[in-house]
Amino acid sequence: MEELVQRLLAGDRRALARVISRVENETAEGRDCLRALFSYSGRAHTVGITGGAGSGKSTLAGALAAEYRRRRHTVGIVAVDPSSPFSHGAILGDRIRMQDLALDPGVYVRSMASRGALGGLAPTIDDVVAVMDAFGFDYVIIETVGAGQDEVEIAGTALTTVLVNNPGTGDDIQAMKAGILEIADVLVVNKADHPGADMLVSQLQALLTLAPANSRRPPVLKTNAVRGEGLGALADAIDEHREYLETSGKLARQREIDARHQVLTAARAILLERVRRATSEAEIEALVSRVAARELDPHSAAETLADSLYS
Amino acid sequence: MTTPTAVAKIRVLIAKPGLDGHDRGAKVVARALRDGGCEVIYTGIRQTPEMIAEAALQEDVDVVGLSILSGAHLELFPRIVDELKKRGMDDVLLFCGGIIPEEDTTALDRLGFRAIFRPGTNTKDIVKFVYDHVKK
Repeated sequence: MEELVQRLLAGDRRALARVISRVENETAEGRDCLRALFSYSGRAHTVGITGGAGSGKSTLAGALAAEYRRRRHTVGIVAVDPSSPFSHGAILGDRIRMQDLALDPGVYVRSMASRGALGGLAPTIDDVVAVMDAFGFDYVIIETVGAGQDEVEIAGTALTTVLVNNPGTGDDIQAMKAGILEIADVLVVNKADHPGADMLVSQLQALLTLAPANSRRPPVLKTNAVRGEGLGALADAIDEHREYLETSGKLARQREIDARHQVLTAARAILLERVRRATSEAEIEALVSRVAARELDPHSAAETLADSLYS
Repeated sequence: MTTPTAVAKIRVLIAKPGLDGHDRGAKVVARALRDGGCEVIYTGIRQTPEMIAEAALQEDVDVVGLSILSGAHLELFPRIVDELKKRGMDDVLLFCGGIIPEEDTTALDRLGFRAIFRPGTNTKDIVKFVYDHVKK
């Protein structure tokens, strides 16, 4: 483990790839690696890219990484695609849209399956991002699964969240709803060559004026990721948001909020694991059957399970 | 439906080297492996040997499956194996499929390909092959 960590810190990409697998598979060795690497993280700027399926997230992530490369920065990309709820397998196809970066030594692309996590990311996303951060990338881009209205977890993982919209996908009431639009630090209208792009930009801008006067208004930008248009402005807007976080004191607060979220999420996972170890499958099965037969409610059953920790 | 638990998944790269653009077979295999519970990274058509080896490294895959219909396998496959070795990836399980004449079987075997799946293969056999050969 120590050798692997040393190789990773020395810039060995194979070691990076192997550590990520161990962390992703939640092995004891993975946890040891993370423990050794965590103090090296916190230097990269993390950028989340979210939006609907087919909105152009992967292409935009690739084009943004290319823009960072033009600016002589290094980039790690984590792209999440959904796991099957039935077979637990997955097709991870985000690399297809990032071919131009395939052989660039300053870019590392990793595909992750969501492995049952809700909210558009994967259970170990924060740990994997920390590992990439510790490796020394200037920017780590996190691409969510195709998100709808409520997949807001990305805001707790990335410092700057970019929401990708497309023309022709609903009227302005869609954008007024609570949820994903509230977490956007930068709004992008991608596929800007499609009809209705300018209309969508003005609708989004109009909506943003409804926000309280003292709140920061996210910029609305047009991109055509396939043709590489609008990426300079996007990279600038992300850097401006970073500056805003720093000068407003929000960066420190954001890190506190994220750390709290990570600690509590990990605690929940550990407690669940302990409950499972403290009870036999037969005991769980018996409780589950009673709930399925409506003899017992789910909360009482869960309390019985949780109490097994103290008995 | 059940919730996937934190167990190591078999990771497979399905890649199409060379210039033929017919990836129906690669997609069928990728889909079968997905339904078999693998995490399948599909990189699309027209991949160079370097791109395939680099993707295998970055994704830390256990298996690389190559699909080829153009007849250039004896030209391209040795270069892919070389690129994998150069990156210390000589422990990945290799298999291939597509239009591959019987007479090339020995050459591919020597290169390290543990199976060749030709047209008419039952996809269940491919999934079984992967699970039989990858220890996780």
